[in-house]
Amino acid sequence: MEANEIAKLAQLARINIDSETAGDVAESITSILALVDQLQAADTKGVAPMSHPMDAVQRLRADKVTEPDQRAQLQAIAPAVENGLFLVPKVID
Amino acid sequence: MHSTNLHQLTLAELKQGLKKQAFSSVELTQHYLERIQRLDNQYNSFISVCQEEALSMAKQADTQLAQGDESALCGIPIAHKDLFCTEGVRTSCGSKMLDNFTPPYNAAIVDNCINAGAVMLGKTNMDEFAMGSSNENSFYGPAKNPWNSNCVPGGSSGGSAAAVAAQLAVAATASDTGGSIRQPASFCGVTGLKPTYGRVSRWGMVAYASSLDQAGPITKTAEDAAIMLNVLAGFDHRDSTSIDEPKPDYTTTLSDSLEGLRIGLPKEYFSDGLDSQVEQLIQDAIKTYEALGATVKEISLPHTHLAVPAYYVIAPAECSANLSRFDGVRYGYRCEDPKDLEDLYKRSRAEGFGEEVKRRILVGAYALSAGYYDAYYRKAQQVRRLIKQDFDAAFNDIDVIAGPTAPSPAFELGAKTKDPVSMYLEDIYTLPTNLAGLPGISIPCGVTKENKPVGLQLTGHYFSEAKLLNIAHRYQQETDFHQHTAPAID
Repeated sequence: MEANEIAKLAQLARINIDSETAGDVAESITSILALVDQLQAADTKGVAPMSHPMDAVQRLRADKVTEPDQRAQLQAIAPAVENGLFLVPKVID
Repeated sequence: MHSTNLHQLTLAELKQGLKKQAFSSVELTQHYLERIQRLDNQYNSFISVCQEEALSMAKQADTQLAQGDESALCGIPIAHKDLFCTEGVRTSCGSKMLDNFTPPYNAAIVDNCINAGAVMLGKTNMDEFAMGSSNENSFYGPAKNPWNSNCVPGGSSGGSAAAVAAQLAVAATASDTGGSIRQPASFCGVTGLKPTYGRVSRWGMVAYASSLDQAGPITKTAEDAAIMLNVLAGFDHRDSTSIDEPKPDYTTTLSDSLEGLRIGLPKEYFSDGLDSQVEQLIQDAIKTYEALGATVKEISLPHTHLAVPAYYVIAPAECSANLSRFDGVRYGYRCEDPKDLEDLYKRSRAEGFGEEVKRRILVGAYALSAGYYDAYYRKAQQVRRLIKQDFDAAFNDIDVIAGPTAPSPAFELGAKTKDPVSMYLEDIYTLPTNLAGLPGISIPCGVTKENKPVGLQLTGHYFSEAKLLNIAHRYQQETDFHQHTAPAID
């Protein structure tokens, strides 16, 4: 893994990685990818991917309101709110 | 029982004592709080201690006990791993990201414990977001192994295991995504049960890898684990992966005979890389089972060597999705003076997450990115099915799989922090169980010459927790390894 690939991953993951640490990050991710590359040797022809141990499927619930309004409680722990809205830096000038 | 020795009792014994009014829950709770205050600076097993809340819960429990309340945990002081949401009590997940997070609600299992009358002593230390095998990835510093404070307690539930081993709580909740209950239980000489995937509600448990995460107890004995599981287990419609299976009373079959029990020993778990002292102690434990009437045969789980590679695709992929919610907008850490929204996201996440968490998010983002999905995530899910099929085939003619919980006993602090892959290989015997979704338990089976505890791992078929607890309990009736405490513990 090269430093420019790390920059792309960092963008995908929305995590800042400065140029000083990019080399170390690339090295450790390369070693992990080397480990997981052992998977390529496995014969998986015709094997269905397994996403749930018991192959359970998503349950559906009745389409009705079940949750009470907890906006004030949930926003009490937000970094910045105003008039019931979450505040972020200006997105459009 | 003199009140200075209360911490030496098991949960089952404390229940009896409270019922007979040999001591009150307030006395018991004060006793534990005093121990935590006096001793935990050596172990760092707690992130938060809930002195006031605990005493008020104990007071209420004493009122209930006086009225003859026989709820399963009435008046029993326990600790929760710091990834279970607790209303009004900081839930950090071992991360700077959630250092300021006080949930407005309780996790399902926290409510279960409250409804059963339990007293919450505090929240235990852990690897950040449950990612780690040594508890060294905690924002609050590593927890230490009570048997040897130069050694790690294991992880990620290192604080829960250390707190029970140091007798700072009689039981603790924990979670296990790749071994995070069983491996620290093994390292700290205590009992740790990871139930079947879906047996215990994950609602209100901070998510790491949702197709693998499962909550369970760390206790002194299998009997105590059964009492805890009675409270923790059960269907919860709020957790979409919760499974609606009948729940037995796990305490009623603990003493069943093991005559005719068929034990399988996977040859792949006794190969290169297994410490010779660990192997010897496991073989000794198997002899105890033979004496109890079990038959033993070698089995093969041929895809075992692919469990670590499959896990390190699936878990990072799921964590990269789960942890995308931590964006500095609605709760958790936000960086100073973001210049725009993108900067807010990227710096909040860079500053709020530790190295290992970032590493796994990046690996996950890579595995899920365009052009790589089939080669990594899909391939890993196919291998996951092969691993499950190995177990299904094995359980055709055995009842339980026995082997080591970890390849070696507790290692020294710092020994593996520079090399993530060497840390990942610590979980080689525990990961397959999570990938298959099976239940597993680690119980103490002796100590090495260096006086480090070793855990025997038992893995059962789906929803066989009652059988596993029975098998573990019978062993603990025959041996006293579970009664050994760390040398420095009074």
